[in-house]
Amino acid sequence: MLARIKEFLGMEAKPKEVASEQEVEKVAEEEKAKPRIGYVHLSGCTGDVMSLSENYDILAPLLTEMVDIVYGQTLADVWEMPEMDLVLIEGSVCLQDDHSMHELMEAREKAGLVVAFGSCAATGCFTRYSRGGQQANPNHESFVPIGDLIKVDLAMPGCPPSPEIIAKTVVAVINGDMDYLQPMMDLVGYTEACGCDLQLKVVNQALCIGCGTCAMSCPTRAVGMTNGRPEVNSDRCVKCGVCYIQCPRSWWPAERIKQDLGL
Amino acid sequence: MVLGTYKQIVQARATDKQIQKISQDGGIATGLLCFALDEKLIDGAVVAGPSDEMWKPEPTVALTSDEILAAAGTKYTLSPNMWMLKEAVRQYGLEKAGIVTIPCQTMGLRKMQSYPIGVRFVADKVALDIGIFCTENFPFESLKTFISAKAGVDFELVEKMDIGKGKFWVHTADDLISFPIKETHGYEQNGCKVCLDLVSELSDVSTGSIGAPDGWSTVMTRTESGETIFSKAVDAGVIETTAINEGKFGLEMLTKLATSKKEKAMKEIDRRKELGLPVPYKASNEKEDPLANV
Ligand SMILES: Cc1cc2nc3c(=O)[nH]c(=O)nc-3n(C[C@H](O)[C@H](O)[C@H](O)COP(=O)(O)OP(=O)(O)OC[C@H]3O[C@@H](n4cnc5c(N)ncnc54)[C@H](O)[C@@H]3O)c2cc1C
Ligand code: SF4
Ligand code: SF4
Ligand code: SF4
Repeated sequence: MLARIKEFLGMEAKPKEVASEQEVEKVAEEEKAKPRIGYVHLSGCTGDVMSLSENYDILAPLLTEMVDIVYGQTLADVWEMPEMDLVLIEGSVCLQDDHSMHELMEAREKAGLVVAFGSCAATGCFTRYSRGGQQANPNHESFVPIGDLIKVDLAMPGCPPSPEIIAKTVVAVINGDMDYLQPMMDLVGYTEACGCDLQLKVVNQALCIGCGTCAMSCPTRAVGMTNGRPEVNSDRCVKCGVCYIQCPRSWWPAERIKQDLGL
Repeated sequence: MVLGTYKQIVQARATDKQIQKISQDGGIATGLLCFALDEKLIDGAVVAGPSDEMWKPEPTVALTSDEILAAAGTKYTLSPNMWMLKEAVRQYGLEKAGIVTIPCQTMGLRKMQSYPIGVRFVADKVALDIGIFCTENFPFESLKTFISAKAGVDFELVEKMDIGKGKFWVHTADDLISFPIKETHGYEQNGCKVCLDLVSELSDVSTGSIGAPDGWSTVMTRTESGETIFSKAVDAGVIETTAINEGKFGLEMLTKLATSKKEKAMKEIDRRKELGLPVPYKASNEKEDPLANV
């Protein structure tokens, strides 16, 4: 499975042609192995895993038939981090928190694929505002997206990511649907998100057409529309990046949309 | 295909006399939404409703036929209809929302449905998207300039605006004023210059005036659900259809205008890319069909 995911994620060259029937069977056997998934919780609010668990309809078969959860607070009864095919990391990482730093590095070492799960992990989100000076540890001041410290393979921003995008991504990973995952691989580089991106990257670039998708998608209602252009109330903005990510003028997945619509 | 994928293309209009009277063209948007509401195929719709200011639309959640009727007619300025979609689902509790969108709004809608990254449980509540044709759109101040400076009319007196036959038309109670559409150039919003879609290629049902005689609309059904709803409305006698005019002022004109919009946009996309400016679409040398909306 890992080989398959990796292959589809373009991380490894395509495997050599399988010569004999036995080898085909062996590969098939291996592919039946369920992907081993871990969950690492750093500095986030647990909203992302709550969103995951809202997929009631697919959760049971997902957990029992399709994947093995091998690591994660409250999800698996283990202390030692095992080898994992894929790890979901929720939350940004605090540079002053040795335990979190260590867990992040260990996760990168032990997992084939690292997913920045939710905006805190992907962009820093509201933890970007931290200035320390608070209990339980006033020294915990500097929070950064995990991509600042380790190589991330897939970013799934969202505050939280919607249950639907989680389900769609899981299905895409299991089917090896590389095309669907491509935008989320591209989003790995989008670590400095802000509502002001609408102005800088859309309006300033002569691209805004006043559709209102940004205002619709902002989870904190920080975006309004004034004279057909987004207006961001920065006091409400948590820097999740969702507005710019949903804007039809930031990236345009035309082929997938046509496929989804049957056009 | 410059008109996008469609199941059928016809000429059509709403049969209701009141809708015919107040709507922009064949009253397809209003007629189809009212029908879908009556038949409980939708339980409300996002439309470009009236605001406190004349001719400045406000995205509105319509729950009744009256509210849908109140939004009839084209307002040639920005109405961020996508903005109200979450409101429609969350505040108004719509389970089956309808929405009217111009092509770029349709694109925002469809992207959100295929990649609902940060938008939870809205994508699945959209039951009907009526896409209307669009060549360009104008900031409200541009529109004011047309009316007061170019047409020389008091904004309050305007009863209808229309673009067609190469002209911008301004109807008042006792006057019909027009000026060449060329004079609006430079007033359109900049984002329109890279827009490759005239005919709402990704809507469920798309409709516009190009290709149809006065009082009628050109209609293309695109998705399964769009085809189903439109056929039901026709069967119920709410919408009447005739064959599309294949000739010079029908399909030929529509194809010609859709093509020229795409060609112009591709030039601008290529130009901007050469300047190093961001554009979400591919340059003409990066795609197989240089006119595809990708
Ligand atoms: C900016 C703009 C440019 C257009 N350009 C063309 C064109 O070049 N060629 C062409 O054939 N048709 C164009 N149209 C579409 C055309 O003017 C009619 O709206 C369309 O034919 C529908 O007519 P109808 O009689 O079915 O709609 P009606 O029954 O009159 O209903 C119109 C519907 O459009 C919605 N609407 C009105 N203004 C806006 C707006 N600004 N943004 C979003 N929705 C709105 C209303 O909510 C209403 O539901 C344009 C429309 C707009 C808004
Ligand atoms: S989502 Fe629409 S309104 Fe918002 S910035 Fe993008 S183009 Fe403009
Ligand atoms: S404006 Fe809203 S959607 Fe955009 S980054 Fe800020 S909080 Fe997120
Ligand atoms: S021309 Fe395109 S971008 Fe401009 S308003 Fe119309 S649909 Fe939107």
